[in-house]
Parts: sequence; structure tokens; C-alpha cells
Amino acid sequence: MPQEFSAIQNEVKFLFPTLGNIDGVANHRSFAPFDGLVCAFLNEVSKKLLADNEAKAYPDVVTFAFFCRKANIEQIKNTYDGRLHGRLGRGVTFHIAPSNVPINFAYTLVAGLLAGNRCVVRASSKDFAQTRIVCKAFCSVAKKPEYEDVKNFFSVVMFNHSAKVMDFFSSICDVRVIWGGDNTIVEIRKSPLQPRATEITFADRYSFAVFDAKYVTLMNDDEMKKVAQAFYNDTYLYDQNACSSPRLIVWLGNKELCDKAKEKFWNAIYENISSKYSLAPILSVDKLTARYKCAVELDAMKIEQSQDNLITRIQLNSLPQNLNEYICAGGFYLEYDTENLANIVPVVTRKFQTLSYLGADAADLQNFVAQNGLSGIDRIVPVGKTADFAFVWDGYDLIETMSRMVSAV
Amino acid sequence: MLTEEELNIPPYSLSKDEKRTFLTKHLVALTRQHYEHCAEYKKILNAISFDINNISDYSQIPFLPVRLFKEYELKSVPTESVVKTLTSSGTTGQKVSKIFLDKSTSAMQSKVLTKIVSSCLGKQRVPMLILDSSAVIKNRAMFSARGAGILGFSIFGTDRLYALDDEMNLNVDAIKAFLEKHQGETIFLFGFTFMIWLHFYKELKKLSVKLDLSKGVLIHGGGWKKLVNEAVSPEMFKLALHEVCGINRVYDYYGMVEQTGSIYVECECGHLHTSIFSDIICRRPKDFSECEWGEEGLVEVVSVLPESYPGHVLLTEDVGVVLGEDDCPCGRKGKYFRINGRIKNAEIRGCSDTYAAEASNAARV
Repeated sequence: MPQEFSAIQNEVKFLFPTLGNIDGVANHRSFAPFDGLVCAFLNEVSKKLLADNEAKAYPDVVTFAFFCRKANIEQIKNTYDGRLHGRLGRGVTFHIAPSNVPINFAYTLVAGLLAGNRCVVRASSKDFAQTRIVCKAFCSVAKKPEYEDVKNFFSVVMFNHSAKVMDFFSSICDVRVIWGGDNTIVEIRKSPLQPRATEITFADRYSFAVFDAKYVTLMNDDEMKKVAQAFYNDTYLYDQNACSSPRLIVWLGNKELCDKAKEKFWNAIYENISSKYSLAPILSVDKLTARYKCAVELDAMKIEQSQDNLITRIQLNSLPQNLNEYICAGGFYLEYDTENLANIVPVVTRKFQTLSYLGADAADLQNFVAQNGLSGIDRIVPVGKTADFAFVWDGYDLIETMSRMVSAV
Repeated sequence: MLTEEELNIPPYSLSKDEKRTFLTKHLVALTRQHYEHCAEYKKILNAISFDINNISDYSQIPFLPVRLFKEYELKSVPTESVVKTLTSSGTTGQKVSKIFLDKSTSAMQSKVLTKIVSSCLGKQRVPMLILDSSAVIKNRAMFSARGAGILGFSIFGTDRLYALDDEMNLNVDAIKAFLEKHQGETIFLFGFTFMIWLHFYKELKKLSVKLDLSKGVLIHGGGWKKLVNEAVSPEMFKLALHEVCGINRVYDYYGMVEQTGSIYVECECGHLHTSIFSDIICRRPKDFSECEWGEEGLVEVVSVLPESYPGHVLLTEDVGVVLGEDDCPCGRKGKYFRINGRIKNAEIRGCSDTYAAEASNAARV
């Protein structure tokens, strides 16, 4: 250890365990993926959260609680189907959670633990109720004698920007996991890792959707309402700011069908959001600026008329290579109609993350990515599922990437 | 373009309907001009299918967000006609707005500024104390908003003195000599609100120096954001200045580099006023519809001056409230309003570069 923890301990606040445990975490043995004690602990945490009245007010905490249930973890474990045999955690994983998605710290932690590691997670320095509620559950379960050892499995910490603290945690970890935009990654990479350590970075990504026009025109009212809610969860729920939120919608079909489908779809979206989505004033200015930027820089485009600023749509007749420069948060959609999905191939760069679909077949889309050798698109999910956390994220299998294979011949 | 006669209309004299007709005539003409001569402006209007031949009221003209002037070099005159480029003051690393002026627009700005300012300062030029450092205006090729403001207002001064040296120290001896020399005369003071507070008021207070500026008229602008952080209200600002230099007439103004000249000056009742050369429309963020009077909204500013660049109808990033029209107790006609500050930066949900932002904040401290 090139540096002593004592030199920085005043700058670090421990949310779990409250007394701190860096030596314990650094020196504990590794364990195999889906370790029994870890799974049992998570199941207890899940129960604790589901019984917590305060947690009920936070749907993201409730979703996390369900994620941690024994049955769900078992199911995920089963998908590995023997592939984890011989694997061990890489050691200590250090996770830098994004400052703006409160619950993300908990998911990245669970991934690190289930891969067999001891983990240090930097939670957002913002005072989120979600962080507090989840850490309270961790502390409470860890008090039970059977989970005594869990105190040496992981720490949840908070610290303000400090190169010294970042240097320290980077120097003791075997895997560093950075959730955050490109600039954050550049900043954190100034802190060196040990020679054998690896890094997982979640850079700025953008996502898009493919909707089958005919399918949409054939949907009944109930189905349409459900899709509208699903689309809301993908977009407005997080101000369309998540990297998995669709920015471009590709409509598959001829012009007549596309026009019909769009009218139906956007009316349903408007009905869904108009009473519940509150657009921040800065976002209406951002959207106006982005709209005019498209007008100035893109040829063959049209700004669709709208009754207010909630839904902004730009119709593109050709797709620019630098599509990601024309995105904006808060309900800003680029739209492109085509009868042939192959037309989007040239613009799918490595910046593309999630492809969500409606009325299409996931396996077909997966083949489409493979056959065209696309450098982008890591996830293909049905509309409404873009924000669902999974251990395969951004093209990484987190369990496999954070564990090592002990080969034996 | 404004005729000589129109320029001579007293700036706060037109009633609501007269002003509406006047503004609509000029702003429609400017819209056509920019549509024909500024390619970017034309593309924007085309993209929203706006019909420039069918405008019945200036409130229908599309507003450009001021940020577009940071993204593009928007102008409606050939580059060789540009005589001056104004830039917004931005902190290092930020993009700045660039505003291109030709001779005619630049001249109009001075003329209109003169009309507006002389309505509170009087028609005579008077000795001027600039509460800033001359260092701000040294680079004449690129005027910052601060430099442009100082130079713009300098036309009202006969004898001029910069109150601060290049290191922003208050030059007390020179000020005393200046006031001695101009005893009994009206003194015009000009500066930026926060600078005045920091380098003039606080210094005088610290040095326990009392100046006699009871015949002074201070016009100041630049916004209250930094003073709000110090919990200084406009009322406190006036009282505090009165305490250190006996000044009674202190007027705030609202203006921006994108619409230099047609500024909004505070009246005796503490209201900012629109002159006939400009107007304010507050708009609801949800759909950009016009707010009722008294309702806070995003501030749209219009000005009949911008001929060389498409800045005649703009959406600012400020929020404010129109308080009324034609009936301010001060007697001036036109809308009167209040600026409540900048739009709040949205609390971003979702992934973003927050650690990097923290790092750059930390680096600045």
C-alpha cells in the first residue's frame, strides 16, 4: 500500500459500516461468485427495505429491494449455468457511482459483491434519502451475529473531490468501476491503478429506439396506454437524461404508416405525460436552443409543431454521422422513417448503447447488430425496460469482468 | 431603420397601442431583413414554417435563445461591414457570445442609449466617475460586456476618471481631487453592481473615508446574483452607498450585450422601464405563452436596434415579472418590470459528468 489510510481518513465519511473498515476490506479473503453469505445478506436487506415505511416512498429503492431477493438472485445465478465454476473475485473493487442517480451505488455494489469481491463504493456526495435508507438497512442487518463478517466485505463512503483520496482508493483496488461521463473518467484516470488492476468505465452513451409503424397502428387503446407508460419510464422519468434513454426513434414502415403511427403514438404519450411531467424552465430553453441548432446545421429536417414544450420532435430525412451532437434532455426526439433498418447502419457508432424496440423481434435485432458488425449497441430491450439494471451492462458482464478464472488442467 | 424623427420621440412617451404599432412596424422589417441576409436565421424560420409575410404583432416573431450567439457567428451584413465585435463576459473556458455591429447599428445604439440615459441624467454632459479600472477597455478589438458598457456610457462624461487602478484598488486621492475640481456640479457615476459593492463601497467603509457625492447620479448594472450571495438587497445597496458618500440618486439598469443601447433603467419607484425602442415579454416555460402581469416567466427582450445581427427578438435565461404598463407612478409610459434572477439550473437526473464538475469547482477555489 503506497499510502496509509490514516493520511486521508478525515476526508472520508463512512455510511457503512459507520466506524469504517478499510483494513478489514483490504485484507479479507476473496470469495466465489454468488457466495452464500452474500446472497443471504442481500435477501435480509431486501426484507428490511420492503418492511421500511420510509422506503415505500421511493420506487427506485423498492425496485432495488426486489432485485436483491433470494429468488431473483438465484435466477440470475442460474443464467450463468456453470460458467462460474472456478471463478473467484478479483479482490477489492472500487466503485465511483454517478452523483445524480441515487440508487446506482447500490446496484454497482451488489454486482461487485456477487462477483466475489470486497467493495468500496463512493456514493454521491448529495444528500439522497435513498442512500441513507439503503445504508440504514445494511447497518441493521450487519448487526446480526450471523452477518458479523459482512462488515469486512464492503464500505459505502462519501468524500468530496480530492485527488489524494481518489489516489488512495485507486491504489488499493484490483478493479475500478467508474460510472459517469467522459470528463469524469478523464479526471479519475489521473489516479494510477496497480499494474494488475483493471478498470470498467461507463462513458457517455446514447440510445435509440426502433418502432414498427404497422404494429403501432394496430394496437388497441389499452395496449397503447401501457406502451405510453413504458415509454415514460424510459424517458421522462429521468428527464431523458439516462444514457439508456432513447434520443432517436426509427420508425419502420412506409410513409403513410409512419405518419399514422406517429400521430397515434405521440397523442398517447402526450396524454400520459401532460399532467404528471413537470418540465424545468431551463430545459425548455435548452430544447429551444437544440431545436434551432438542428435547424441551422442539419439539412432536410423539419421541426414538428407542438402545442407546448413537453414533446419536441425533429423529423430527419437523412441521418447525420454526428447524431449525438443533436440530442437534448427533457423530451427531445429525433425521428427517422425508413422501410429498411439497414439505412441506420452507417450512423451507429460506438457511442450507441441501448436499442429499445416495439413490434420488433429481439433476436432479429441482435442478428442485425452481429451481421453488420456494428461498433455500437450493447443492449436490446423492449420499450419500457431501458433503465432496468442487469449484470450485463454496456457490453460488460459485470460478474465475469470483476472475477478471475482459476484454470486447472 | 429608425428615422431621425422616430429617434426624437421621447423614450417613455408612447402609450400602449402607439408603441405596439411602432414596435411591430420595425420588428417586422428587421425580421424580413435578417431572413434575407442571415442564412442561419432563414433556416430556423423555415424549419418552423414561419411565414414572415403574415405577422400582425411583434409578439408573434420567433425569439432566438441568447445561447445561439455563443454557438454561431450570426450576422446579417458582410464581414467587411463589421466595425465592432462585442463579446459577453464569460468565465474562462466558457463560450462567449459574439455580437457583430456595423457602423449604422453601432451609431443607433449610442443614440438610443443617449436618449434613455439623458432622461434621468439630463441633456448636459457632466463629469464622470467610472467605478472600474481602465484595464477593462484596453483591448479595443474585442470589447467585453464590461468594457462595452463603460465605453457606451462614457459619452455622457466630460471629464472622466477611473476610480480603480489596474489592480482594482480604490484611488481615493485622485477621487478627492476630482470632486474638489468639480465642486457643485452633478457627477455621473457608472459601474457594475458587484464591482461597486466590492471595490467602492467596501473600500470606503474599510478606510473610513467619506466622500461628498450628494450631487451624484449613479447608474449601475450587471445583475444581483453575486450580491444575493452576500445577502445584499437593492434597498440595502442604496442605503449603504448613501452612508459612505451621501449619494441619493442610484439607478439600476437591465441590459445585455446582445441588445446594447436599448437598456432598461430603474425609475424613482424602483421599477425597470421599457422605452419605446424595446420591450419585455414574460413567457411561461411550459408552452412559451405570455404570462399575466405579476406572473413570473422567462424574459423575452425585443429591440428595434439590431440591424447587423438577428438579435431583435431574444429569449434570455433570466426570469422576471411584468408589473404593469403605462401606469407606473413615476409617470413614464411603457411596461415596467422586475428581474428575479437567472433560471435555476435544472437538477440533472440521469448520468452526467458530476465528478468532473466537482473537480473543476475544486480547482477554482
